Amino acid sequence: MAVETRPGWRRARAQGIPDRPAVVPLVIAVLGALLFALPLAGLLWRAPWGSAWDVLNTQAARDALRLSLITSLSATGIAIVLGVPLAWVQARVSYPGKRFVRALTTLPMVLPPVVGGVALLLALGRRGLVGNQLDRVGVSLPFTTAGAVIAETFVAMPFLVLTLEAAFRSSDRRLEDAARTLGAGRFTVFRRVTLPLVTPSLIAGVVLCWARALGEFGATITFAGNLQGTTQTLPLFVYIKLEGSNPDAAIVLSLVLLVISFVVLVALRDRWLTAR
Amino acid sequence: MSLAAHVRIELDGFTLDVDLAIAPGQTVAVVGPNGAGKTTLLRALAGLRGLSAGRIELDGTVYDDPDARIYVPPEHRPVGVMFQDNLLFPHLTALENVAFGLRARGLSRGEARRRASDWLQRVGLDGRTRARPRELSGGQAQRVALARALASDPAMLLLDEPLAALDATTRNEVRRDLRRHLATFSGVRLLITHDPVDAAVLADLVVVLDHGRIAQTGTPAEITSRPRTQWVAELTGTNLFTGTSDADGLVRLEGGGTITAADHRAPGPVFAVVQPRSVTLHRVQPEGSARNTWPGVVTTVEPVGDRYRVEVDGTPSVVAEVTAAAVHEIDLHEGVDVWVSIKATEVDVYPA
Repeated sequence: MAVETRPGWRRARAQGIPDRPAVVPLVIAVLGALLFALPLAGLLWRAPWGSAWDVLNTQAARDALRLSLITSLSATGIAIVLGVPLAWVQARVSYPGKRFVRALTTLPMVLPPVVGGVALLLALGRRGLVGNQLDRVGVSLPFTTAGAVIAETFVAMPFLVLTLEAAFRSSDRRLEDAARTLGAGRFTVFRRVTLPLVTPSLIAGVVLCWARALGEFGATITFAGNLQGTTQTLPLFVYIKLEGSNPDAAIVLSLVLLVISFVVLVALRDRWLTAR
Repeated sequence: MSLAAHVRIELDGFTLDVDLAIAPGQTVAVVGPNGAGKTTLLRALAGLRGLSAGRIELDGTVYDDPDARIYVPPEHRPVGVMFQDNLLFPHLTALENVAFGLRARGLSRGEARRRASDWLQRVGLDGRTRARPRELSGGQAQRVALARALASDPAMLLLDEPLAALDATTRNEVRRDLRRHLATFSGVRLLITHDPVDAAVLADLVVVLDHGRIAQTGTPAEITSRPRTQWVAELTGTNLFTGTSDADGLVRLEGGGTITAADHRAPGPVFAVVQPRSVTLHRVQPEGSARNTWPGVVTTVEPVGDRYRVEVDGTPSVVAEVTAAAVHEIDLHEGVDVWVSIKATEVDVYPA
């Protein structure tokens, strides 16, 4: 009946007048997309395609690539070992101060990485809270490859923990009950039921974590410094070369990082969608 | 193999306190309204939750006794559970689901698969060993769940609403299968259900649970013919009255009104049951031999099969089941004033 009192609306529908295009948001959306597209176009445009291989083949570039792979994979490994149990506890165990711990483990995602690096230095540096003790037993983390790994882990692990925690939280616990009644102990239940059920999220979390570790810059340079072959990872190499002797090398290695990020994104698209 | 259990579980504002004994080869159905504590009882027996007090003894072995600090976790209890919604592992095939318990209990992969395959054959699913749970129909999934629960040869089988998630046709089919498989299982069986048909077809003994306590125990026939809870009376569609009987068989009902039974017993608190088919309705006050007559107002008239179910609001209110002819003859419809009459010989009175 409400329709009868609004004849104009009815006629418009009946005559099939097309909806006016939403011009304003369209223009803004294009501008927004350009913000992402332009820098990438610049990178591709300025890339020294002809000499790319020579640039990649220098000792410093190869060192940076090798080091980046080692540190980012190590950081991802540590994140899996520490992060999977942490995510499980956060999802399944209730204890006082849980929200605080969640905030704490999420913090590195929003904290400026440089601040993370400073904090790591104050904690694990030679005069730091814990580093002081480590120094006495002859362990020194700053300005070592191990230091770079720790910096990357600090920044990247939250991606794994948050992704996995959500998955543990939403998986059906009654399946775990069923497994218990079938004779499976807690660990078997975790290995054969809980973990397989969250596998898509685990993969997504691991890949995100690794990509973040690979791209880590601020915390690494602050805590681990910039020593070729020891702590100079790809992002550090790119920054130093761009500022200094060899902008072409910076551009080529930027492209390498771009390609890796792009592949990760494409690979994750389905995982993300099916995991949700 | 027999079960002797006293289960007491205290939760916020709810206490489950149940004594249960099940003989080997006996199927006990636990029925009751939602929130009566049925699932809590099952979880306690399976070891998925601890007792506040009590004792669970199966085959002479104590699995739970808080006073003696005994608690055996679920994986070490010889108990098979068939869950509501089947709860098959979605990432495993039908065969792997059935083999899961055998593997977890230490069998080799090959032996576990061989036995699982036998079990799938026994439940008629040998062609579907490689199917994932989402590829199975509801009935097939429930049969895999039964095979999974029975495969590791438990001493006690717990069935939690095994037919609730199925459509009517499949339910009848699976119920028939279940009956057959239960008959070949020599251990203790406990079935949780809210469907009186399940209880009648599958169980030897029915336990009615209400507010965490056992309200009634009996054979399915006893429970339906002489219910002791309104919940059962409503499910089976009978009229259940509670009141106090005097020496002459006159029962003063709790909600007002009286009812007289021909065959009366000792005075005291009683239940009185009247089958809806024994209730007759009239438009004028009947003269005759019926000793129970009172006026009322028709509130609903609905067809049930070839008859009509008529609810009459009065003191007491009552449900009658009458023929279509009667409905037309005296023009029964909502809001009509009627007289209810019940012969004293049709009133079954038993002590509360």
